[in-house]
Amino acid sequence: MFKLVRFLKDYKKECAIGPLFKFLEACFELLVPLVMAGIIDTGIKNADTIYIYKMGGLMVFLGVLGLVCSLTAQYFAAKASMGFGTALRSALFNHVSRLSYSELDEIGTPSLITRLTGDINQAQTGVNLVLRLFLRSPFIVIGAVIMAFFVDVKLAVIFLIATPLIGAVIYFVMSATVPCYQKIQATLDRISLLTRENLAGVRVIRAFSKQNEEIRTFGTTCGVLMNEQLWAGKIAALLNPATYVVVNAAVIAIVWGGGFQVNEGRLTQGEVIALVNYMSQILLALVALANLIIAFTKASACAVRINEVFDISPGLAESQQPVCVFTDAPRVVFDDVSFSYKKAEEEALSHISFSVPAGSVVGIIGGTGAGKTTLVNLMARFYDVTKGRVLIDGVDVKKYPFAELHRKIGIVPQKAVLFKGTLRENLCWGKKDATDEEIEQALKIAQGWEFVVSKPDRLETMITQGAKNLSGGQRQRLTIARALVGRPEILILDDSASALDFATDAALRKALKKETTGMTVFLVSQRVSTLKNADFIIVLDDGKTVGIGQHDELFESCSVYREICLSQLEKEEV
Amino acid sequence: MPKQRLLKRLLSFTRPYLPYLFLALILAVISVSLSLYAPVLTGRAVDLVIAKGQVNFSALKSLLTTLGFVVAITAFSQWLMGLCSNKITYLTVRDIRLKAFERLQKVPLRFIDSNAHGDILSRVIVDAEQVADGLLMGFTQLFTGVVTIFGTIGFMLAINVKITLLVVFVTPLSLFVANFIARRTFNLFKLQSETRGEMSAMVEETIGNMKVVKAFGREPEAIRQFEEINERLRVCGIKALFFSSVTNPCTRFVNGVVYTLVGIVGALTAVTGLLSVGQLSCFLSYANQYTKPFNEISGVIAELQSALASAKRLFEIIDAEPETPDSPDAAVLTRADGSVVLDRVSFSYVPEIKLIEDLSLSVRPGQKIAIVGRTGCGKTTLINLLMRFYDVNAGQIIVSNKKVTDLTRDSLRASFGMVLQDTWLKAGSVRDNIAYGRPNASEYEIAGAAVAAHADSFIKRLPDGYDTQIAEDGGNLSQGQKQLLCIARAMLSLPSMLILDEATSSIDTRTEIYVQKAFDDMMRGRTSFIVAHRLSTIRRADLILVMDSGRIVERGTHEELLARKGFYADLYNSQFAI
Repeated sequence: MFKLVRFLKDYKKECAIGPLFKFLEACFELLVPLVMAGIIDTGIKNADTIYIYKMGGLMVFLGVLGLVCSLTAQYFAAKASMGFGTALRSALFNHVSRLSYSELDEIGTPSLITRLTGDINQAQTGVNLVLRLFLRSPFIVIGAVIMAFFVDVKLAVIFLIATPLIGAVIYFVMSATVPCYQKIQATLDRISLLTRENLAGVRVIRAFSKQNEEIRTFGTTCGVLMNEQLWAGKIAALLNPATYVVVNAAVIAIVWGGGFQVNEGRLTQGEVIALVNYMSQILLALVALANLIIAFTKASACAVRINEVFDISPGLAESQQPVCVFTDAPRVVFDDVSFSYKKAEEEALSHISFSVPAGSVVGIIGGTGAGKTTLVNLMARFYDVTKGRVLIDGVDVKKYPFAELHRKIGIVPQKAVLFKGTLRENLCWGKKDATDEEIEQALKIAQGWEFVVSKPDRLETMITQGAKNLSGGQRQRLTIARALVGRPEILILDDSASALDFATDAALRKALKKETTGMTVFLVSQRVSTLKNADFIIVLDDGKTVGIGQHDELFESCSVYREICLSQLEKEEV
Repeated sequence: MPKQRLLKRLLSFTRPYLPYLFLALILAVISVSLSLYAPVLTGRAVDLVIAKGQVNFSALKSLLTTLGFVVAITAFSQWLMGLCSNKITYLTVRDIRLKAFERLQKVPLRFIDSNAHGDILSRVIVDAEQVADGLLMGFTQLFTGVVTIFGTIGFMLAINVKITLLVVFVTPLSLFVANFIARRTFNLFKLQSETRGEMSAMVEETIGNMKVVKAFGREPEAIRQFEEINERLRVCGIKALFFSSVTNPCTRFVNGVVYTLVGIVGALTAVTGLLSVGQLSCFLSYANQYTKPFNEISGVIAELQSALASAKRLFEIIDAEPETPDSPDAAVLTRADGSVVLDRVSFSYVPEIKLIEDLSLSVRPGQKIAIVGRTGCGKTTLINLLMRFYDVNAGQIIVSNKKVTDLTRDSLRASFGMVLQDTWLKAGSVRDNIAYGRPNASEYEIAGAAVAAHADSFIKRLPDGYDTQIAEDGGNLSQGQKQLLCIARAMLSLPSMLILDEATSSIDTRTEIYVQKAFDDMMRGRTSFIVAHRLSTIRRADLILVMDSGRIVERGTHEELLARKGFYADLYNSQFAI
């Protein structure tokens, strides 16, 4: 948590004013029992009504002052903590957008999302609570004890015993329940797993008529949860009675001891009442403090998770120098490239070498996990190679500024992702100032023009979050068009036709061939039919190239390729 | 369902635990009245401590001893009451949750298919917890709150009517203040949570797809968009946070005023001798705690309302119509001969969209029926009907010369072996998964099924062999391996009919070959319905059913269909033409 304090640096003033006013409020609050004691000892004893009114007025005045102070404090605390959250969010978002694929893989995007939203909110709440209460509660506790000393030293000893005792009770109950709640959460996760499993597997469960057994398992787990909850409840239910006992024992001690002091004239009746009042103030403040500590612990856990992200530094260094390309060099060259993912023991790609002249169509095929996607990701420099070099137009990809590389390469990722906004906005990602003609042409090649025209708003059609208003095939065609709009020199289709039916897939390939002369196209696929007619095919197996060549020669010479073909096509077709 | 009936229904679940409920009520009355009596005793004790030489020690001693006992009993009954309400709450919620789960096992598949799984899940998990929280708060704070309010008024009346009236009439001021602020802040909160929602959606979209954003170098735009929402969130957040945190000081101030008023009026009354100092101190402590139950009750009511909303969502599951039960004289299908007849079957998921109409089909034992069509054309509909996951709208399905409606569902389903493309495995060991349909299968049989499914060799290579734990949804296995396990699971029960759903893609080449072999072995001699993607499977089928947008558009053998030059021929040619 302390590491994050830097995000409060623009709010130094607020951070000082907030607690200061809270502190003042606490002071006023501590004076009230003394004033009341005055009313009893002076006002009532002497039947001095004017004094009573005066003191009453003073108490209201103290109340007003307290209100003003506390409102001021709340305002500055709110301002500082929101400012903190905003600055933190912004810094984290900026940081995340600088991370490369390899770091994104490491943390995982779902986890990043919770850190950016939930965790930061929690930390923000923590800051707000600390600014509002952290000075107040301890101050009231200490102040009340000091005031007690001020009233009567002997009786104040009771405070010295009772206060730590209450604190200990609260601490014991809370620390004993925390592990219980963790256990409960784990069991709840199990129940959640069982439910999910039963929903997803409903067909299999019914096919085997296992419903009753599933109900039994679920019932047992619910029983476990219930017992854990009961146990935690048993401990948690101790808190109120136990503190109640301690406080009242202290009150009894105060009145009893007070009796002796009063009898000897060292203490007045009103002062005894004031001491009793201080005792109850301490209890309230300690309970608030305990809640604060819980909130702070939670916030700290979140802060740790946030800091973990800050501690990861972007792995790819961007070159700022403009590059000068070699026009006579092959478009793409892999020069003995090896690559392994962070923390992976085995290489995802090893010793890959090939060279692609401009304008060719290259097929990349292989089973799941063979390294197809990894290979194209290296071309776009989403990861840096572990060994070897990747050259585009004769220049190492590491030498290109990112923007330059993105302009050269259009990529259609496996997952057809579109963003909330209009169709046009989505299609102009590669080229901000694309004209309607350019967009139309890209859509036509991607076989998407027809369905776009059929929409009433055409290019202005709104795409909802996750593009749920489009079918899988429509999404895929749009992502292909998106990559084509900028007219990239290299187009990578990473298994991008999986949601298209065969006819559309074929039409797409035909259009690509016809309309994109000069464009170097990489087709990644598991379907032989998709890349059968490529200029050459790279066959990957387990991270190694096991064959490079055209369909016919590979079928003869490469056993892996033949196996793939045979499983998909009948012999005579091949 | 109106709120009262909802509440009544929710409370009816506590019926088995009524003794606890009564006990909790009695304990609440005891602990509250005793805790209210304690200030009276303290007040009296203070009255015994008047001034120098005016302290009655013997009376003080007995008073304080009584106070000690009162405190001890209060604390003990408070704790017991806590235990009772815990017990009622958690037992009740377990019952409700279990009931919902039981119903989920009995509802027709239509219910599970047509509701988002995430939604059902959150009902069973989150809503049930919400009900628990609401009930617990209701039992502990609502009881004690109400008892405290009446008890306090009673005790105060017994001491002094005038000041009591003062407390009773002035205190609600703080409730008004709280209410006033809450109403004002509602819109601010709404705005804040909307902005927050907007931000989460944006973050989820951008960070979730950061790779795409980076591929197009869109980071600057994303940051700009984020900063804009972030700033709006900051501005409305400050307001919402400030105004919400104003409630506490304001009510505290009002309470302070009440306290002062009681102090002044009490002191003035004390001057006239109508009130002792001890009674005044007692009044002061009542004035301090009188507002607390009101605030608590309003909190409880909010909590109870959301608990009721959650209960409603759970009841919707519990009230879902179960499958029509098997008829009482339904026969058990013991040895299916493998013949299947569809006689003028019609079916549709929704009445407006007609799917299968008047379909007749006669399958002899051992025949292979391939179902082909583009993705998403409803090939699984037929599986749903054969397994009686859905019932036909008209016509009938006859298995082994018996109408399926005259058979028990369990025995019908048991005579089909089913391997779906969506390979579902349970979290548990490999062995448990294979033996899912026959938990008492011997080690030998399990290994036999695995060998037959070509799964034995990869299972042996897993770290713990047959004891390897499979993560949720088989996360630690490849798609192909999962499919092999599903085949082994089906093999173990040796059914006479099969329903197979071939995987489209995503299987690595080596495993793919094993799966293919396993499928072929399994189909030998068994009536099989295959949702087919592979040409080899299709060509070997005795009958091909070609489906398009949910309907069967053509039927025949491969050669017949090609010669017809219809939909199938188109589909076939598009797959293998450039």
